[in-house]
Amino acid sequence: MQGNLWFMPHDTHDHDHPHALLPPQPALRVKALETILTQKGLVDPAALDVIIDTYENKIGPRNGAHVVAKAWREPEFLDALRTDADAALLELGYYGRQGEHMVVVENTPQMHNLVVCTLCSCYPWPLLGIPPGWYKSDAYRARVVREPRAVLADFDVRLPDETAVRVWDSTAEVRYLVLPMRPAGTEGWSEQALMDLVSRDSMIGTGVVQVPV
Amino acid sequence: MSRVHDMGGRFGDGPIVPESEDVIFHADWHPRALALTLAAGSLGQWNIDVSRHARECLAPKDYAAFSYYEKWIAGVADMLVERGVVTPAELSGACDAQISDLATKKLTADQVAGVLARGGPADRDSAVAQAFQIGDAVMTRRIAQNVLVAGGHTRLPMYAAGAKGKILRYHGTHVLPDSNAHRLGEAPEPLYAVVFPASELWQHPEHPRDEVVLDLWQSYLEAV
Repeated sequence: MQGNLWFMPHDTHDHDHPHALLPPQPALRVKALETILTQKGLVDPAALDVIIDTYENKIGPRNGAHVVAKAWREPEFLDALRTDADAALLELGYYGRQGEHMVVVENTPQMHNLVVCTLCSCYPWPLLGIPPGWYKSDAYRARVVREPRAVLADFDVRLPDETAVRVWDSTAEVRYLVLPMRPAGTEGWSEQALMDLVSRDSMIGTGVVQVPV
Repeated sequence: MSRVHDMGGRFGDGPIVPESEDVIFHADWHPRALALTLAAGSLGQWNIDVSRHARECLAPKDYAAFSYYEKWIAGVADMLVERGVVTPAELSGACDAQISDLATKKLTADQVAGVLARGGPADRDSAVAQAFQIGDAVMTRRIAQNVLVAGGHTRLPMYAAGAKGKILRYHGTHVLPDSNAHRLGEAPEPLYAVVFPASELWQHPEHPRDEVVLDLWQSYLEAV
């Protein structure tokens, strides 16, 4: 369906970019905007400190590693994740902003999963924290949907030919966590010992979990 | 044509540089920019789709030159002016900033945990009936553009336009960004994960069994 341009609502954003009124240097730009919003009574600097502390110290990839280790050890938890990930994660206290609708995708010898957001940088914050720089980079967003194996090589990951790659482009508010394969030789390991093996990258799909030799 | 953010499949970007989990922010102003963006968002003047679109509307040369958090701050500044919350004169420092009518909505330190925990769920009840079942063959819109607003927001990337795939999962009914980004209502409708063979999207796929999955709204899809 094509609309008639004369009668369509038009996007006005292209004509006016007020951000250029702020200082160009990014650190000064942020400082200026914080000062203006604080003077206007719209921002409490103490609230900013709490937000920063949350993402620097409380929410990060160890949450996701906990989920992975628990799923490896407890079949009933894995079943709960498959049936309704949001409910299972809520019980562990992992929910909230940028993790409202979670799906866990499982790696197998036949299928390796990789997550990206080509249009912005959507990422499961409650489980993995703030996305790494490369996840937000143009190179990752542009390349991983077209050449996932070349991207994996940048992470020193090489998959066997029998393993297909499935790339999840997070275009909606659904967030994906990769459940990596449990390495051989870890039978009977404690949850903490397994957690220590699980890297952030393995839960995005740019890493695999290995036992250090 | 598309906007600059729609870069999936683009050639020429070079290698990806892995980094340690210990690196959370790369400059002192990054956490400040993040927190400022979240705090400004809690004033209730825009939704997530409006804010994504504000970043996408950056000039292509700015989008390419700005780092992640520079895009955020630019988007926030643009939206604050668009909503009349901040005047251009206040932004440029030409006059002193005046107390805002919205000051009663200021996010306080004790409210942060609750706001982050609540997040912003996008699932909504909808009168639109589910048209596709898991396994159904579908094709995406041939043109990856917003049908409601010229140059408007959409979540169908250009690389997946006019492509044939299969319904892999049904996510329930979710807010439609193409409408919500332009304050035309949430217009919730069925949302699906749709799987495409890499060979349907790329001239030279790396492997015959590789696939790409996208979350796509029902109105992006037709039966084939």
